[in-house]
Amino acid sequence: MVTTYVPLMIMILIGVIFGVSNIVLAEILGPRRRNKAKLSTYESGMEPIKSARERFTVKFYLVAVMFILFDIEVIFMYPWAVQFKELGMYGFTAMILFMVLLFSGYLYVIKKGALRWD
Amino acid sequence: MDPIQLLIICAQAGMLVNLMLIAAAYMVLAERKVAAWIQGRVGPNRVGPWGLFQSFADVFKLYLKEDVVPAAADYKFHALAPIISIAVAITIYAVIPWSGPLVTIDGHSYGLAMAPQMNVAILIILAMTSVGVYGVALAGWSSNNKYSLMGGLRSAAQMISYELSMGLAVIGVVLISGSLNLVEIINSQIANGWNIMYQPVAFLIFFVTSLAETNRAPFDLPEAEPELVGGYHTEYTGMKFGLLYLAEYASMLAAGAIMATLFLGGWDMIPFVDEAALLGLAPDSIPMVVLGHITFVSKALLMVFVFIWIRWSLPRFRYDQLMNLGWKVLLPLALANIAVTGICLLLFG
Repeated sequence: MVTTYVPLMIMILIGVIFGVSNIVLAEILGPRRRNKAKLSTYESGMEPIKSARERFTVKFYLVAVMFILFDIEVIFMYPWAVQFKELGMYGFTAMILFMVLLFSGYLYVIKKGALRWD
Repeated sequence: MDPIQLLIICAQAGMLVNLMLIAAAYMVLAERKVAAWIQGRVGPNRVGPWGLFQSFADVFKLYLKEDVVPAAADYKFHALAPIISIAVAITIYAVIPWSGPLVTIDGHSYGLAMAPQMNVAILIILAMTSVGVYGVALAGWSSNNKYSLMGGLRSAAQMISYELSMGLAVIGVVLISGSLNLVEIINSQIANGWNIMYQPVAFLIFFVTSLAETNRAPFDLPEAEPELVGGYHTEYTGMKFGLLYLAEYASMLAAGAIMATLFLGGWDMIPFVDEAALLGLAPDSIPMVVLGHITFVSKALLMVFVFIWIRWSLPRFRYDQLMNLGWKVLLPLALANIAVTGICLLLFG
């Protein structure tokens, strides 16, 4: 049913309108007194050294990749959980098998040190 | 969908946005008052009696502040980030079952809940918290400031890490209730007792991950002021900062409401007791629905109070401790919880 999702769409729209209108209103009401020092990047009072868009550690990227992998597994479990009582023993065994596979992959990730932050 | 239905939905949306704004204003005040009590101070007490209008004064101040965007920042994304944050926080309010049906018009019944018949409400909540990561990451990246970038990256990594355990913790609830519809989950709790009794581990995991998802202490690494100044909102001023701040408090109340729905019985006042029969009222009569709504909001606000209490009591985690807790403690614990719940349901359910 598409109509079920209409409230959600309206709420998203209202959220965006709320955000935009507040920013525009503040832009109109607030003063505009710009100078070079005010518009410079904050760096604890120092002259900013280079841009912030430098290379950063690859660990953040690894976490993001791992999140995508595991999040898909989590989504797989939702239909199973809703139908758990109907699927019974068969569904449970299948899901335990799936979770064992998932967990061995997880152990591999830990052993590889992909989640070591120190 | 006929125009009357649309009109009512818009009215509900307006009421929920108002509820969110007023609740956020008083949550900010509560945060400052509780902090003051914990630290042996008085807290804000100048604007209105007991400082009750402090937040409104703050909002007017934010409107009248200059909106400074650093010359090096990406102007469009810098403005987009707070809009995403607040839109996501508001959207979650649409799926939360704030109250049961109050009035019936043309055969459709309406309460404060905008989409009570939505059968994937839990997935929408998880999806929206995922989209919320964009707001924080964009805010950090677009500012072109080293503190902001580090805060944004940390926050994004933290939020996606804890979202896994959050999703897994909810599966325990879904196993017991057999539905993704939040109203049906509440009804199953009214019939069989609150989920916190059957899923204490899932509740604990969900609570900890909610703290991390809303960037609250002890997981407020993204804005760890001793090392990162203000984290991802270092370069935000005026109402853009106000929106990011509002989004944080709005999602705190949403997290409290979701916990009340999934684990604390929703509108149910006392577990295993039929309150309607006790008071001699019909279960869906207006006084019962209003009482249920008050109960629901009280539970959500109680969780918010615990959030505030924790913030002013516990020290901050170190970043590697935070990631270890998320990936090496909560994730296996949540998986084990699903397996144990499944076995228990097969044996006794």
